[in-house]
Amino acid sequence: MSFLSMTRNIAENLFKGPSTRRYPKEKREYGLKSRGMIGIDIEACIFCGLCSRRCPTGALTVRKDQKEWEIDRLRCVFCGYCVEVCPKKCLAMANHYSPCVTERAAAVHLERQALRDAADAPAEGKE
Amino acid sequence: MSQRNVIPFGPQHPVLPEPIHLDLVTEDETVIEAIPSIGFVHRGLEKLVEKKDYQDFVYVAERICGICSFMHGMTYCQAVEEIMEIAVPERALYLRTVWAELSRIHSHLMWLGLAADAFGFESLFMNCWRLREGILDIIEATTGGRVIFGSCKIGGVRRDIDDETMKGIVEKLGTIGAEIGRTTDVFLNDYSVQHRLKGIGVLSGEEAHALGTVGPVLRASGVAMDARKIDYAAYRNLKFEPVVEKAGDCHARCRVRVREIFQSVDLIGQAARKMPGGEIFVKVTGAPNGEFFSRVEQPRGEVIYYVKANGTKNLQRFRVRTPTFANLPAMVKMLEGASIADVPNIILTIDPCISCVER
Ligand code: SF4
Ligand code: SF4
Repeated sequence: MSFLSMTRNIAENLFKGPSTRRYPKEKREYGLKSRGMIGIDIEACIFCGLCSRRCPTGALTVRKDQKEWEIDRLRCVFCGYCVEVCPKKCLAMANHYSPCVTERAAAVHLERQALRDAADAPAEGKE
Repeated sequence: MSQRNVIPFGPQHPVLPEPIHLDLVTEDETVIEAIPSIGFVHRGLEKLVEKKDYQDFVYVAERICGICSFMHGMTYCQAVEEIMEIAVPERALYLRTVWAELSRIHSHLMWLGLAADAFGFESLFMNCWRLREGILDIIEATTGGRVIFGSCKIGGVRRDIDDETMKGIVEKLGTIGAEIGRTTDVFLNDYSVQHRLKGIGVLSGEEAHALGTVGPVLRASGVAMDARKIDYAAYRNLKFEPVVEKAGDCHARCRVRVREIFQSVDLIGQAARKMPGGEIFVKVTGAPNGEFFSRVEQPRGEVIYYVKANGTKNLQRFRVRTPTFANLPAMVKMLEGASIADVPNIILTIDPCISCVER
């Protein structure tokens, strides 16, 4: 049994700075592999809908006829399943959070593919 | 005879950010009886299994608990793999072991901090959580998440740890381990800590066994039972003995967890040395048909998963018996006869995780 078992710790703390980060002055560096915001290269998407069918929280909506891909960022739990299943590998995860919002609707992010020539549209839509 | 009073404890209580309610029947300062009630955060995850594809359900299983998340996913995967008779690659089994042990370290460090907080040793609490941050950094660097790993899948794991990184992890654990040692010495030797924990909430070996306790609570009462000994994942190839203490009081449970941290550091070192090369997953097709009980040793004790499938993409029945659920009867028993001031300590030494009790 001992008293003063934290003495070494106290002495160290006198000379060491704080262990916590001086946020917001000092920002946290995220690791390269950190799972974060989902992004899409909409031009490569074929609107197969696999990502939205697999998403465990139902955060994704794919509208094939409108060529739209939509994500509700507040529902996304950063699991990365959509990135894993996408056949065209057009989804990617950034290593940081999605931006803050002040109302729910603002977290819904829509991407629409630019309309192409009528000629290649059917070919693109093939599953 | 003095008057009996009922003191409500929880579901909101400063010492325990977990929603459990206890009616403490007291006489003067002594607890005569503790009547628990749970069910404040029931989420119905077991029912959800009928709606989700069995492969997607890994993500739901991981979210049963925010602390042993990886082990929940792993137990679920093991159950389905057994039913489908999938041979998981060796490397995946080793990686699962490494991540499981990392979760154990961070969970025990978190618990040590909370325990220090419960007996009023704030700087010790902060020290433990500072050290835990180092472990969480390793976890984030290898899986991408701090507490939800998202790395287990049916048939293997989703991510690999390359040999260079693995070496770095073992080295880093060496340095963090030395620091952890200095902090845990306070738990083991400090006079005030012992004063608060020694001889409090004593549970004998027979009682612990009869009440069906699991994990550190059972081992602190002298029963050497550790589900890792049933040889799942890579544990069959690693050398370790269950950590056992005899006293059965709060301090013994604390010592078990302290020693388990170093055991986990050692296990990760062994796994890193023996890690074979090769694939990290096998492709899984078809649907499971059959049933299986899967058991895994979580930081809080043994978890049991029952999975029943009928050959479709959705499972038929899914049932989880979490370690805290098994330890609640022992907690009620230990509270009888305790003094009011010791109630927070006793409750904390079973390491309660009520959110996973309720699933
Ligand atoms: S899975 Fe990929 S290609 Fe298919 S709809 Fe989603 S983002 Fe587009
Ligand atoms: S990361 Fe997971 S939760 Fe988020 S959109 Fe993709 S599948 Fe859905």
